[in-house]
This record gives sequence, structure tokens and C-alpha cells, in this order.
Amino acid sequence: MTWLRWVLLALVAALFGLFAWQLSQPKDEFVHSAMIGEPIPEFDLPAAVTERPGLSSANLADGQPKLLNIFASWCVPCRAEAPQLAQLEASGANIVAVAIRDRPEDVAAFLEAYGNPFSRIGKDDISAVQLSIGSSGVPETFVIDGQGVIRYQHIGDIRDSDIPKLLEELRKAGA
Amino acid sequence: MIAEFGLAALWLSAALAGLQLLAGFLGLRQSGSELSALVRPAAVTQALLCALSFGALLLLFARTDLSVALVAKNSHSDKPFIFKLAGAWGNHEGSMLLWVTVMALAGGLIAFLERRLPERTMLATLASQAFVGLGFYAFLLISSNPFERLVPAAAEGAGLNPLLQDIGLALHPPTLYFGYVGLSIAFSFAVGALLTRQVTPDFAKVMRPWVLGAWIFLTLGITAGSYWAYYELGWGGWWFWDPVENASLMPWLAATALLHSVSVLASRDALRAWTIMLGVVAFSMSMIGTFLVRSGILTSVHAFAVDPERGTFILVLLAIYIGGALALFAFRAGTIAEGERFSVLSREGALVVNNVALSAILGIVLLGTLYPLLTEAFDVRVSVGPPYFNPVGAIFFLPMLVVLAIGPLLRWRRDSFARIRLPVIAIAVVGSAVLLAGWLIAGIALMPLLGMSLAAAVAVGSFLPLRGRSLRRLPLPVWGMVIAHFGIAVALFGMAADTAFTREKLVAAQVGETARVGPWSVKLASVDPVAGPNWTALEARLLASYRGGGEHELKPQARSFWTPPQQTSESALLTRWNGQLYAVIGGEAEGGRWQLRLWWKPFVTWIWYGGVLIALGGFLALLGRLSGDLRRRSAQAKIAARRAPETVSEPVEVVA
Repeated sequence: MTWLRWVLLALVAALFGLFAWQLSQPKDEFVHSAMIGEPIPEFDLPAAVTERPGLSSANLADGQPKLLNIFASWCVPCRAEAPQLAQLEASGANIVAVAIRDRPEDVAAFLEAYGNPFSRIGKDDISAVQLSIGSSGVPETFVIDGQGVIRYQHIGDIRDSDIPKLLEELRKAGA
Repeated sequence: MIAEFGLAALWLSAALAGLQLLAGFLGLRQSGSELSALVRPAAVTQALLCALSFGALLLLFARTDLSVALVAKNSHSDKPFIFKLAGAWGNHEGSMLLWVTVMALAGGLIAFLERRLPERTMLATLASQAFVGLGFYAFLLISSNPFERLVPAAAEGAGLNPLLQDIGLALHPPTLYFGYVGLSIAFSFAVGALLTRQVTPDFAKVMRPWVLGAWIFLTLGITAGSYWAYYELGWGGWWFWDPVENASLMPWLAATALLHSVSVLASRDALRAWTIMLGVVAFSMSMIGTFLVRSGILTSVHAFAVDPERGTFILVLLAIYIGGALALFAFRAGTIAEGERFSVLSREGALVVNNVALSAILGIVLLGTLYPLLTEAFDVRVSVGPPYFNPVGAIFFLPMLVVLAIGPLLRWRRDSFARIRLPVIAIAVVGSAVLLAGWLIAGIALMPLLGMSLAAAVAVGSFLPLRGRSLRRLPLPVWGMVIAHFGIAVALFGMAADTAFTREKLVAAQVGETARVGPWSVKLASVDPVAGPNWTALEARLLASYRGGGEHELKPQARSFWTPPQQTSESALLTRWNGQLYAVIGGEAEGGRWQLRLWWKPFVTWIWYGGVLIALGGFLALLGRLSGDLRRRSAQAKIAARRAPETVSEPVEVVA
């Protein structure tokens, strides 16, 4: 039974090693989507506002790569990323969006105030599409290639410095 | 001045802990050294100074002295007085000061009172207590000074997390701390015994009240914490297998095992090395729990004081204390003589099964808690929850309950099955009857059904040791055992009934509408704004009637605090003997409707009644042990006085 004690000691040492190693690692609090590299699950969302059509998974597999923006009128960082989305659209990106748990009149007011870079906006009242593509919050932006496969996920609001990376991913998805 | 006084007292007590360690160590090296006379007074003075220091912090919070950084960050002049005080320990620095204070007080108490152990074991114990204390003093003084000044002083405080502004939660952390830190005494005793190789029944008798006391506090702390989570968080659940909950459960499991093995050691002089190891493990679990919570290494809803630098500091302390104690154990355990032997079918045998099962559950909980950390090292993210803990824990928990029902009927050392056949048959009949009735009549799912059946069996089994004994002359510790075991049955029944029978209803109701949940019909009478001292709220008035009987009023609130800005939901509970109606009001839905969440939870309160019964049993046992000790002490004093009236000054060691 003596060896058992040493095994115990070794286990405890290994445990502390694990603790120390984990402490030294930078903490990544983001929940990354497990759907990257997977085709987008099937869905068909009605239009969130009258001036833009709704969004379905078929729209995302029409041969052209797109940015899929997950947003909501009640989300403050979504306001902050509006200029960057406009800039992306000006650079030739086709941006579609899903409005999460929102009211049509609020979405309309939001687009009125912060601009509308979206070609399609789907209305997701129970976060079903958001959850199915592995998004854990708003705003998030996904790069979807022409075959409807999820290629890249950007978590949080888009800053100026994120634009080149997103355009690069979009270019890769188109190739 | 108060802050500086508190800090000075803290530095002084740290210095005294250093003296206590040094004098104890040197006293051990050369026996009879005059230095060893310093150890006890140092421990007592250290305790007093540390208590003064904590008192100073309480005073600062009571006066809301905003020139102290900690007060400014965690308090507010508008806060109710009791929560101002609670603010002193509702944060990292203050709670660590409470930790060392309790530790110093416990050390001071044994230094002052305990005269039964050989002086060398006492020296080693107090030195070890000071050694552990020093690490935590260093942690406080170097990286978590609670008395730091804020220049210039803040105009107003930032407030206390509103979830913590609750009387239950004001008392829950200190209760748990008494438990965690009480186990430090068991740890120090174990290290002291390893250093001097003195593991005797006497040693176990000295250690037992401390383990019991710590265990009572842990039981109460966990029970209160579970009830707090249940009514304050508004999820209707009472246990989530959250890392922090596990952090409190693990020391409790170890302490429960220790409590039983220390009894075997005290009564039968068996399980020597095992008891020592549990003594080390129990406090180690307290420290690992603290580390997991404070370092932010695990993501948890409780992660209120996340700081990697502090995490590193605690980790170094852990490595020194746990690693050191286990290494000492590994080297020395072989030299501890084997205790008395016993046959498998005996009280000791049953207690060994209990110990193995508790240790296995402890291992399962530890593995489940740390597993995400382990897989993260390989870049895989998982979260471990009830689907793992419940069934895997049950593998050991269910057999343990069977032994719990039967074990107390067995005699020490050796017993025969023929002697206990009748009561065992009675227990089995009751258990099977409940099993069959629940399955055939109520159609309950397997796990809660097993739970209920075993609860019935344990309930019957817990009272059978009273059979054929005079209730008036029954020693208190036996009453304690009976009540604590019965408490397990009560709590288990509550858990099983809650799992099996809970009804839930989520509705969007207009004022005047009625919703039905289980036997209740609940009418939304009105929704009105109300205001408190530091919050405003929307309050729903619900009229609930049980099976068409009279109406009872419930007032759940959706509260908004403004310092700091945060929303909480204040659930409303209606308690009957056979369960609770639980109501939460959510936000406003479309069309003037209100989101209402209603639960009918049959017998859910029995979980906490059971917890209180378990603690009460522990308290009776403690009372019995302490009064026994006192009687023995006065008897010894009388004998000593009669034998040698002239030389009473010489203490006489009588082995009871």
C-alpha cells in the first residue's frame, strides 16, 4: 500500500501543475461556434422590416459569399459597429442580417438612425437561428461562402481594425 | 486612524504567528526548551489581535468610511445597516480577513483550553496552525490589504452586489468559513500527530469536537446557500453542481468521512492512518475550493473575485500546505502502527464502507469539477453538469444509504447477521413497499423512486438503534446520530419528491387572468410600482388558491437597484407543509401581458428541514461530547485533589 501514497502525491503534483499551467494561460471568455466549416442549418425567416426581404438558408447558398450579421435594435454595441458595416458594404460586401428578439418598428427606427447596409433581414424571435449557427450573443458577424458553409466568426462589435480581416476572409470564401 | 489600527493589529498578529511557529519548532527540536512556553500565549494573543483587526474593519463598514478603498468599492451610505456590516465580508479582502480571524481564533482556543494531549503533540499542532496562518497573513498583507486608503476619499460608495443584499446571504459565507477554517484545526492536529507519531484514541477524542463543530457549520452553510440560490436566483432549482457549490460540498464530504473515522479511532483505536489522511484531505479541499473560486480558473456564476495574481499566490500556498502535508503523510504513514483489527460485519466494517463511499463521491465531484479544466488544456470546451454528477454519484450514494440504514444496528468489532435479522427485514420491507407503491400507483421515474424508497428505509433504520434502550438514559451523541441520519432521510425525500412531482407553468398573463399549476389556481390581480431604500420594483399581486380553497397573496418583484445598477427578481414563495408555490415575475410581454413563471414544488422544503436536522444531530453530539469532557475533567481534578492535596499544582494526566 506504500506505493498508493506516492501515487496520491504524484496525482496532487500533477493537479497543481495543471492549475499553474491554466493560470498562466490567457483566459478566453468567448464561446466559439462549433459550426465553423459546417453548412448552415436550414431555416426560413420572415422579413423583419417591410423594405427588405426575409432571409432563408437557401439565400445564403446562392453562389455568392456573404457576411451574416447578428444584431438587435436593443443592443448598444450594434450601434457602435454601424459605421464599420457601412464601410464593409461600400467595399463590396453583401451583408445580410438576422434581428434577434426584436419588434418591427424598433428595427425600422434603428435602421433609420444608424443606416441600413443589409440586403436581407430575417426576424428571429426566439433566437432559433442564432443558436443553430452557434452564436452566443449580439453582435456577431459570420462569413458564409457561396455554398452556404460557415467559414469565419467574428464575436462582438466590428472595430475599424477588424475590417481588413473580414474582407480577407470574405475574399477567401469567394475563391 | 481605525484603518491604521486595524492594519497594525494585523501585522502584529502575523508577527506573533511567526513567533508561534518558530518557538513551536525549536521547542520540538529540543524538548524542555523554555521557548515552548511561548507558544500558547502567542497563539492566544494572536487570536485577540486578529479579532481586533476584524473588528476595526467592521467599524469602518458600519461608519461607511469612504476614505478606505474597500469600503468605497463595496458599500454605500444608503444601504441598510445590517448589509453595511455584511459588506465587510462580502468581498475578497474582507472575507480573507475573516478567514484568518477564524483561523487565529480557533488556534487561540485550542491553545487556551486543550490540556489532554501530550505537550509535544500540542506544540507541533500549534506550530502547524501558525504555519498555515502565516501563508494567509502574507496573502492578505501583500496582495489583498483590506485597510488600504483611498486618496482622495470617494464622495459615495459603489454599493454591494444586490444579489448579496439578503439576510440569508449575509450569514451564509461566514457560516461556511467557520466550517472551512474549523477544518484547519483538524489539519493541524493531523500534521502534529504525524510529526510526533502519536495517533491514539485520546488524540481522536481531542480532534473530534473540532471536526464536529466544523461539520455543523458546513452543513448549515451549504443548506443556507442552497436555499438562497433557490429563492433568490429565481430559477427554482436548489443545486446546480456549480464549481463553487462543489467547492463547499467537497470539504463537507471529506468532513463527514472524517467525522465517522475519527469516531472509530476514538472508540476502537482503528483506522489510524486513514483518519490522519482524511484530516489532511478535508482542509485541503477547503483550500482547493477557495482557490478555484478566487483564481477565476473555472468559469462560475460565483466568480466574484477573479484575479490571476491572487490565484497564483493561493496556488503557491496550496502547493506548500497540501503538498507538504501529503509528502509528510507519505513518509510517515508507514511508521504509524496499525490499529485494532475488526471483522467485516461490524460497526467498524459499516463505517469503512461509509468512508469508502464518501471518498468515492468526493473523487467523483472533484473529477467533474476539474474536468473542464483538464479538457481545456487540450482545447476542448465542456461543461459538466447533472447528467454526469447525478447518476455517477448515485452509484456510490445509493449503496451508502443502504449501509447507513443498517450500520448503526451493528456491534463494534464483530457481529452476526442472525442478531440483526429482524430489523434488517423491517427496513427492507418498508423500502420495497415504497418502491412498489411509487412504481405501480404513482408511476415515478427510476431515480426519484429509488430515492424515496431509500429515504423510507433510512428513516426507519435511523430510529431502530433506539429499540430496547431507555430513551431517558440514552447518551446525547446517540440521539445526535439518530437525528442526523433521520435528517438525511428527510432531505433525500425532499429531493426525490421535488424531482418527481414538480409542476412548472410559464404564462403571459393579463391582469385579471388566472393560471393553473398543479393543484393551484393563481390569479394576477395587479402589477404596481413600489420603491425600497435603494431600489425600485414592479410588484405583481397574485391571489393563489389551493384546490379551490381560500386565497393567499403572493408578491413577486422585478427589482432594479441603482447602486450598482442591476436587475434582480425577487421570487415570492407560499409554503405549505407539503410543498411550496414559487412565483417569479419577468418582464412585460406584448399587449399589456406579464410574464409569470409558476412552480408547484411538493415537499421541496424537506430538503432544507433535513439539512437543519442533520446539523441539529451534529450539535447534540457535540454537546454530548463536550459535557462528557467537562465531567471527566472535573472528576479528574477531584481525584487529583484527593490523592495529593499538597501537590495539586502538578497536572495529572489520566487516560480516560
